[in-house]
Amino acid sequence: MNASYQPLIPSLEAVAAQFAQMFLVLALAPLFVGFTRKVRARLLGRRGPPVVQPYRDLYRLVQKEVVLATNASWLFRSVPYLVFATTWVALSLIPTFASGLLFTWSADLIAIVGLLATGRFFLALAGLDVGTSFGGIGSSREVMIASLAEPAFITVVFTVSLVARSTDLSAISTFMHTSVVGLRVSLAMALVSLMMIAVAENGRIPIDNPATHLELTMVHEAMVLEYSGRHLAMIELAGALKLVVYVSLIGSIFVPWGIAGRGAGISDYALGALIYLAKLVGAGGMLALFESLIAKMRVFRVPEFLGAALMLGLLATLLLFVSQSF
Amino acid sequence: MIVLVALASVAGLFVTALLAVLVGRDRPAITYLACISFCLVLLAIAGATLIAPTSAAETLTLPLGIPWIGMHFAIDSLSAIFLLVVNLTAAITSVFAIGYSRHEHANARVLPFYPVFLAGMNLVVLAADAFGFLLAWEFMSLTSWALVLAQHREAENMRAAYIYFVMASLGTLTLLLTFGLLAGVDGSYTFEGMRAHHLSAMSAGLVLVLALAGTGSKAGLVPLHVWLPLAHPAAPSHVSALMSGVMTKVAVYGFIRIVFDLLGIHAWWWGIPVMVVGGATAFLGILSAVFQTDTKRLLAYSTVENIGIIFISLGLAMSFAGEDHPLYAGVALTAALLHVFNHAMFKSLLFCGAGSLLVATGTRSMEKLGGLIHRMPVTAFTALIGSAAISALPPLNGFASEWLLFQTILLSPSFSAWSLKLLAPSIGALLALTAAIAAACFVRYFGTIFLGRPRSAEAEQAHEVDRYSLVAMGMFAALCVISGVVPGLAADFVRPVVDLLLPNGAMAPQAAVPWLSFVPVAPDRSSYNGILLLIFVLSSASLMAVLVRKVASHRLRRSAAWDCGFPDPRPETQYTASSFAQPLRRVFGPLLFGAKEHVVIPSPGDLNPATFAVTIHDRIWDVIYQPISGLVNNIADKLNRFQFLTVRRYLSLVFGTLVLLLLILAIVSRS
Repeated sequence: MNASYQPLIPSLEAVAAQFAQMFLVLALAPLFVGFTRKVRARLLGRRGPPVVQPYRDLYRLVQKEVVLATNASWLFRSVPYLVFATTWVALSLIPTFASGLLFTWSADLIAIVGLLATGRFFLALAGLDVGTSFGGIGSSREVMIASLAEPAFITVVFTVSLVARSTDLSAISTFMHTSVVGLRVSLAMALVSLMMIAVAENGRIPIDNPATHLELTMVHEAMVLEYSGRHLAMIELAGALKLVVYVSLIGSIFVPWGIAGRGAGISDYALGALIYLAKLVGAGGMLALFESLIAKMRVFRVPEFLGAALMLGLLATLLLFVSQSF
Repeated sequence: MIVLVALASVAGLFVTALLAVLVGRDRPAITYLACISFCLVLLAIAGATLIAPTSAAETLTLPLGIPWIGMHFAIDSLSAIFLLVVNLTAAITSVFAIGYSRHEHANARVLPFYPVFLAGMNLVVLAADAFGFLLAWEFMSLTSWALVLAQHREAENMRAAYIYFVMASLGTLTLLLTFGLLAGVDGSYTFEGMRAHHLSAMSAGLVLVLALAGTGSKAGLVPLHVWLPLAHPAAPSHVSALMSGVMTKVAVYGFIRIVFDLLGIHAWWWGIPVMVVGGATAFLGILSAVFQTDTKRLLAYSTVENIGIIFISLGLAMSFAGEDHPLYAGVALTAALLHVFNHAMFKSLLFCGAGSLLVATGTRSMEKLGGLIHRMPVTAFTALIGSAAISALPPLNGFASEWLLFQTILLSPSFSAWSLKLLAPSIGALLALTAAIAAACFVRYFGTIFLGRPRSAEAEQAHEVDRYSLVAMGMFAALCVISGVVPGLAADFVRPVVDLLLPNGAMAPQAAVPWLSFVPVAPDRSSYNGILLLIFVLSSASLMAVLVRKVASHRLRRSAAWDCGFPDPRPETQYTASSFAQPLRRVFGPLLFGAKEHVVIPSPGDLNPATFAVTIHDRIWDVIYQPISGLVNNIADKLNRFQFLTVRRYLSLVFGTLVLLLLILAIVSRS
């Protein structure tokens, strides 16, 4: 295994599969957002925008000119691309339709958490760059939420990695596919915790409302208030990618069925892609349903919500040691 | 031979100090240049020892110190890795000092002590007997104390120096007892003799506690850290960089030398107190840092945090070694040593940055800075790298060592003891919380100082600092990136140390892994490749930037900030350092610091102004130090009476004491 795990010279198929993954997720991310909005609108009794609306928004935004604050620095202008890149790289390394992709080993689950943290670090800095009060309020709340969500994420990583005896996502996904895992209380708790984190990190209801713009409860939207044109497009795209990151992570760890294994044929890849699409549809539907059933909470209730996620994750890890059957 | 060259360089540093007193006063550059050259010699020695480790450590005995015993010096791979950290940091910091000293008013009080400070730290690492170690330790403590007092006219510095002095004396006393126990009643005071001497379980445990307290008081372990955030910021900035970046690491060296080498690890549970103290230190350190508004004090508290992280790794290494898992202990020790190096790099970088800010604006208060990314672009860029590295963001070096530590924690199912099985993941969760708060802390640090709009006239008129300082900060930043993207090669560097301390504990050589990946345990377990991640992120970011600008639009217009249509030109309306920390204070403050907000809003018609105040208590100071210092002052007041007695009374006191002692002697010798 050692020799074949990280080949010095990759095969052509491996390169093709890696690139297919990169561009598949990039193409699907706005569609996923559009689909979620559509389902939510239907659930609320509205007709809602067409599912391709996010593509149109992105197209319109990149065509527009950028209006930049007079005192915005180079950091402000480079952050959108950097945030996009870290999120995209993270998503490209998660097994979506196939595990054991060419470069999966270059970042394990902890490094993917780290990559997302890098993106958030720079986005929070960009919120402070122009020196407006809205940017500051967004940044300070974002880092407060992150300071609890990130450790919760790490405890979920602990649980999953201790079960699979690896932090490598391909290895975890393959392991979870095998029947030895069975149903475990720990994994159920980790799943709930990870869903709570996903909701918080993506600024969805009940933590933050991506549809509002002018309320003091806002977090993410306040932080990126000064962005316009292509910069805003990059941030919107990165946001869509981030949502897909969490969905794909949950999919590859907790719903690992249908992911093509190492050295699978073309038909397996195609099947894997179809099943991945089905997973996205299911996740989008559930997210929309959840969002239409619950009300947004006050910002200082968020620590309790995330504290619960953190404790769930930690408890899941500790239960693993108490009994193998957990 | 190699030890002799090292000692000659240290002697050179002493001579530099003498010359600095005699001639170098007006030309500080000469002193710093001499320091740089001696540090480079020592650096070369450290590198050579690490690259070509010899099986037997070379020992040199000098006819100094205690008669007939002499002073022993040796270089093994453990000394070499710390020599490397000390001298690499010291050399670059001295480059910074060449520029910084032009703006320093108290050069005459800095220059003589600075080389001796460097010499002291080097001698601690080189010493191979208790006397030499303690003597060098005191050199290090006293010269750094003198450097803390360089600006002695400020009352705050006097208080910092006083507390530092008391704590340093306490630490040395504890170390003295440690070595006394290690040597035994009739043992030898050389390290060689201590290794051969076997201790009972009781006294071995006592040595562990004393060593933890003695070295921990210098490193800044909670609750012995109180002096650190006072003393480190008070010194001139390049000395702060060395105190935080290096002197704390020399204390870590002391702990590793005493516990891993001289004492040996006797029991699996020894790791538990070390881990718990380390975890508490890391968490309290970073939480205190988040609320600071003084640049250098914030950095000093963050040093406390990082020392905690290092001690967590050391505790894990001790537990694994105690349970006879040398390979896993080796991974934990590698994580500790990598973090020692990495923290030395980014903390020195950030302290040099804080020094540059002090030069450019004359203030350490974050509330008066802002917008400096425009006025000081290079300082800002290097500070950004330092902030990202210390926040443990990939692909920089802080992430590499914390990643390795997380990998070690994930090995905890191999523990057979229940307490360790449950403790290790809990400490892991605490560590994750610490890392996340550190990121918040440094978003606040960088964002308040370098971004936004200037909050004072000084910040508005700041200028970029001199070239020496910029070169030094650039070198630190480059090292942060390099050791971050190829952590495997850095781990190979510390391999000989792990080999020396934990037989069969060293991880497989990383240079042989394809694509320069970092694979600490096994490839199907975990791997990380910083250099690929860096390439991926940079290439996809630039690809997208080029694509969007070429295909769509590259038009750009500058205008006033949008701010929802109501931009306010006054810089007071933007977020400050305190307001940025407010959400975090509401979450963590009430429980740990007794933080309270006092809001007074007058009733309608009342013309008094509304007021808002925040109080934060340092609970450790209130609970532990306040009673002790009260007691000491109380006793001192009572004893004060003895200062004004007549000669007759003094003589009768002496006589009484003599009679009492003779009586005790008589009774003891009879029975």
